[in-house]
Amino acid sequence: MSPAGPASPARLAVLLALLGVLVALTALGALFLGSARVPPRDVLAVLTGHVKGVDQVVVLGLRLPRILAALLAGGALAVAGAGFQALTRNPLAEPSVLGVSSGAAFGVIVAQVSGLGSGLVEAVGLAACAFAGALVAGIGVYLIAARAGGMPVHTLLLAGVIVGLFFSSAIAVLISVVDFDRLGGVVHWLLGNLGPITPGSLAVFAALAALGCWLVIAQARALNLLALGEESAQQLGVDAEGLKRRIFAGAALLTAAVVAFVGPIGFVGLIVPQSLRMVLGADNRVVIPSALLAGGAFLLVADTLARNLIAPAELSVGVLTALCGAPFFIYLLRARAPHVGP
Amino acid sequence: MTPVVECQGVTFAYPPQGAYPERGGSEVAFTLRELSFRVERGEVFGVIGPNGSGKTTLVRLLSRVLLPSRGQILIEGTTTRDLSRAAVARRVAVVPQDVPSAFPHTVEELVLMGRFPRAPERFFETAADRTAAERAMASVGIRALRGARLDRLSGGERQRAMLARALAQEPELLLLDEPTAHLDLRYQAECAGLLRRLGREAGLTIVLVSHDLGFAAELSDRLLLVAGGLALRVGVPEVVLEEALIESAYGCRVVVEKHPMSRRPVVHLVYPKG
Repeated sequence: MSPAGPASPARLAVLLALLGVLVALTALGALFLGSARVPPRDVLAVLTGHVKGVDQVVVLGLRLPRILAALLAGGALAVAGAGFQALTRNPLAEPSVLGVSSGAAFGVIVAQVSGLGSGLVEAVGLAACAFAGALVAGIGVYLIAARAGGMPVHTLLLAGVIVGLFFSSAIAVLISVVDFDRLGGVVHWLLGNLGPITPGSLAVFAALAALGCWLVIAQARALNLLALGEESAQQLGVDAEGLKRRIFAGAALLTAAVVAFVGPIGFVGLIVPQSLRMVLGADNRVVIPSALLAGGAFLLVADTLARNLIAPAELSVGVLTALCGAPFFIYLLRARAPHVGP
Repeated sequence: MTPVVECQGVTFAYPPQGAYPERGGSEVAFTLRELSFRVERGEVFGVIGPNGSGKTTLVRLLSRVLLPSRGQILIEGTTTRDLSRAAVARRVAVVPQDVPSAFPHTVEELVLMGRFPRAPERFFETAADRTAAERAMASVGIRALRGARLDRLSGGERQRAMLARALAQEPELLLLDEPTAHLDLRYQAECAGLLRRLGREAGLTIVLVSHDLGFAAELSDRLLLVAGGLALRVGVPEVVLEEALIESAYGCRVVVEKHPMSRRPVVHLVYPKG
């Protein structure tokens, strides 16, 4: 059942406004929370520009960039997941499940092994390598699954798991071969961590995320028609091949940007869009823009928990999302088995 | 008057799969050969033939999923080569056999999809689109089901929803691909009544592709019999459903009678003894 009737500009506007408030509230909350004890009064003073010094560095130099990175990464992953699900007509498709994240991570490691620094140009180079890795992994999964006859749900997932395993192993090989010092915090990064991020990197990240989101969201109406099957979509005037290429490029770009700047964080692209669909119905014109905001809020909450649960130590946010995501995946697989099965 | 559809010497061959030209495997299997026929405005035109005769290929050609290898298909006088996919979709609406099994959308969302070809660049439907969808749902009697998900409906209800989606396209031609494939007797009767009413009231031209000879004979003004990619005969049902012709096309023994009520021809299979 679609609770509020078909998609309309008014309905989407109300929904996005509500989610926008949610994002603002979580962001504000996250500014006040952290392992460094900054009293709420002092946070407010920093925000109004009355305090300089350590508190300012903590709030504006550490917490704020991290909050922005979490919002961007969560939104990007949720949109990428929704895009992959519509593209493959598979409710369980998602960047990490499809192996696309691992491909992007491999690209990043190759870039780091070849000695990429941390400037602005390097940030773009890192993202480019991640994008190349994501494309190779995605195309590999497609070819394996398509060879096996059509694109049944389980075949696609198996192909994704295998490609993901392959790239994870390749990463392990690179890490073992290369001098550990040169890799710096690679292992930490591989778990998916929202660490410190420079304003330049944040800007590149935002630009890539915007481009990827535009590629996917602008096609949301045509994506709905793809659920009818490719031939029926064509018979309604959709350029199915062009649509599939755009969505794949957009979702791979979003995945690559997140992996390059934050690390491979899994399952956000599964949990967020699928939860939204349960509440909002299936229309991608409503689900995907909502996923952008809800995904951001979700990852920010997860990261704030990761920062504070065992403070002063920190959990990896990727570990936390995987802990939530794996049971959710099993739930979808079981509860929706009659719809998902081959 | 320009016919709604005109096929002129349409020949089509799928690209050979796994064939190696350098090894001499160059023979091309034709799916359709030199097919010519016209469908006039307001006509119900049935296409029948055994499995693998090229019926599905014909649906794909008429809806411009494929273009002919040779010859041309004119939709209201314009060749499909010169029409975009959306332009064809504004004139030809296809009712497929069924929706995919995990189709997540509601009836109303499905019917509104029929408005896509009117303005593919638009993100949301307009008030006019909603009115057209409303009218389409009303004409097949599924307004009460608008909020229901397709995969919760019966086969007959699903098919009516697909029909409503096609009607929302406001096409000249309704192209039905095996409409009775998944329907039991009651829904077949319902479907036949609905199509008759649509043809009569809305003045729609209907092309009905079916392996169900009785259903096609009952509804169609004329029939086209294809076998092995060739048009064996075009004409009124009494002319096409002739014992000897059907036997040679299908490769089995049949008896043709008249339906006791409608006086249309009915084909009975003579079941071979074991």
